[in-house]
Amino acid sequence: MGRQRGTFLENYAQDMAIIRTRLQWAMLFIFLLLLFSCPLFLSDRALTVMTMIGIAVISVHGLNILTGYCGQISIGHAGFMAVGGYTSAILSAKLGWPFWATLPCGALGAGVAGLIFGLPSLKIKGFYLIMATIAAHFIIVWLILQLYGLTGGGDGLAVSRPEIAGFTVKSKGSYFCLVMAFACLATYTAQNIVRTRAGRAFVAIRDNDLAAEVMGINLWSYKLQAFFIGCVYAGVAGVLLVHYYAFASVDLFPFMDSVWYLGMLIVGGMGSTLGALFGAIALKLLDELVTVVGPGLSAIVAPQAAASMGLIAHGLVIIIFLIFEPRGLAHRWELVGAYFRLWPFSHEERE
Amino acid sequence: MEGDSEIRLWIDSLSLSFGGVRALDEVSMEVKDKEILAIIGPNGAGKTALLNCINGFYKPQKGEIYFDGQKITRMRPDKLAKVGIARTFQNIELYRGLSTQDNLMAARHALMGQNFLGGAIYFGWALGEEIKHRRIVEEIIDFLEIAPIRKKTVGVLPYGMQKRVELGRALALEPKVLLLDEPMAGMNQEEKEDMARFIIDVFEGQGETYPDTPVLREGVGCIILVEHDMGVVMDIADRVVVLDFGRKIAEGSPSEIKSNHKVISAYLGQEIEV
Ligand SMILES: Nc1ncnc2c1ncn2[C@@H]1O[C@H](COP(=O)(O)OP(=O)(O)OP(=O)(O)O)[C@@H](O)[C@H]1O
Ligand SMILES: [Mg+2]
Repeated sequence: MGRQRGTFLENYAQDMAIIRTRLQWAMLFIFLLLLFSCPLFLSDRALTVMTMIGIAVISVHGLNILTGYCGQISIGHAGFMAVGGYTSAILSAKLGWPFWATLPCGALGAGVAGLIFGLPSLKIKGFYLIMATIAAHFIIVWLILQLYGLTGGGDGLAVSRPEIAGFTVKSKGSYFCLVMAFACLATYTAQNIVRTRAGRAFVAIRDNDLAAEVMGINLWSYKLQAFFIGCVYAGVAGVLLVHYYAFASVDLFPFMDSVWYLGMLIVGGMGSTLGALFGAIALKLLDELVTVVGPGLSAIVAPQAAASMGLIAHGLVIIIFLIFEPRGLAHRWELVGAYFRLWPFSHEERE
Repeated sequence: MEGDSEIRLWIDSLSLSFGGVRALDEVSMEVKDKEILAIIGPNGAGKTALLNCINGFYKPQKGEIYFDGQKITRMRPDKLAKVGIARTFQNIELYRGLSTQDNLMAARHALMGQNFLGGAIYFGWALGEEIKHRRIVEEIIDFLEIAPIRKKTVGVLPYGMQKRVELGRALALEPKVLLLDEPMAGMNQEEKEDMARFIIDVFEGQGETYPDTPVLREGVGCIILVEHDMGVVMDIADRVVVLDFGRKIAEGSPSEIKSNHKVISAYLGQEIEV
């Protein structure tokens, strides 16, 4: 990382700060202003796409902490989203709890599920842990389908739109704002977690678990904490998804989503908060691109592949990134950023 | 040195075997306060295995280890780190993806109190704590003369620098006992001399040059050094223990060890560098 010449750091707080200059504060402010005024000028369709991106961002931040930072690869993230979504849906539909109470319960429920399915990580690593998390997804979906009395099984469960302080979040625009508020909060907290004590412990475990233990990190506790935190994010995303459709159904949490969340992390860049953000946005936009140009394109090239254009595009993009830019979009972005700081003259102090 | 200072670390007839291999066979020794104890021996003698037992990495089948009177045998490594035992590794074991500074900050883990909730909020308590520990880490970085590589990812650093960062990481734990497993292996003469100077400086303490960092101010009074280079051992060790095939074959001052015929025959076929 470099910093602009002319900014002199006077203390460690400034050195650790992410936003340093007035210009950066202004840019952040303008970005947030633009983001939250989107409902004023974007179509409903565009708002829906962005709402889905926001939900994916929240979920991928969680997966990034668990997989990108702590190195515990999980392909069961959509399953944990389902736990969050259903916990909230049940409390809301059966007990009539308000949204502000069901949301934290959903988050916590997913976190606890993460703790339970994270237990194998204390004994197994790598490939075997991946298998265990895949199993977690299917066990969760199976349980939801079995517990008919509670979850409505295959019929699903109708829930109300969230109501906050007497105001029902009903329109696309207002739901968009709700999701974006959580996406911003998720980004803020995720970045802070990874740059403080817990985050360093996660990376230590990822990079060298033996040394981490010798240096005083309790592997048991911190692996489980990574599962808990990662799944809390998934839970929040799940709650927002279920209440968006005002309907809980296992179809909202397909297994392929668990795979794509990991793909988003690969495309964006593992172990980088910016990467989680970029990856979720990139793959969701790709989805949109495929729905728009896919049918036309497949009609010309391969009519029989029309239905699987999305899958093919996703897979292709992930493979391309794995081969050509395993550090993801975030790394590209840093290179571009460095280029512009240096342009046209070297106005930078390198550290 | 004999008998006049208290015993910090006491190893009592420790035995460790892997299947048929006896890595350690009834090894006993003690490390006193204010001494650098060197452990030497041919390849496969059990030096690393002994350090691994002390920091809880291997569980010896027999024998006990006491630290300041407390039994620490078979405790978990992370608990032993909190007790005050830190080490470096023969093959560098850094967190390759973190910067030098974060490698040291990660070692402050056991001395910090914040949990992930405080970290997530960041401003307030967590930030205050980060700053406090950052100051200490900066003093260690300053002491080891690694300020220019402070923000570099350690995976890309040259070997000698990585060894130095690893010493820094061990110091950041503010240990009472420091275990160094071949800290100079693979270094050139100049790097070796630097490392030897750092070890002596850490041992002696730097007083008020580093007011915020107790480990640099007071020094680490108890160092176990595994080293092949006899020249280095002669220069900085107070006492030497010689291991061969998992057994202790000699113990004494560096000059006694140099002329001990058992040691010479253990090293026979290997050149003994004096
Ligand atoms: N994890 C292990 N599994 C099996 N055998 C082991 C293990 N660790 C050490 N050993 C054996 O224990 C013996 C002592 O090994 P150790 O690594 O302690 O030697 P060393 O004195 O450190 O040698 P070097 O100078 O090569 O570092 C060797 O015979 C080694 O093969
Ligand atoms: Mg060794």
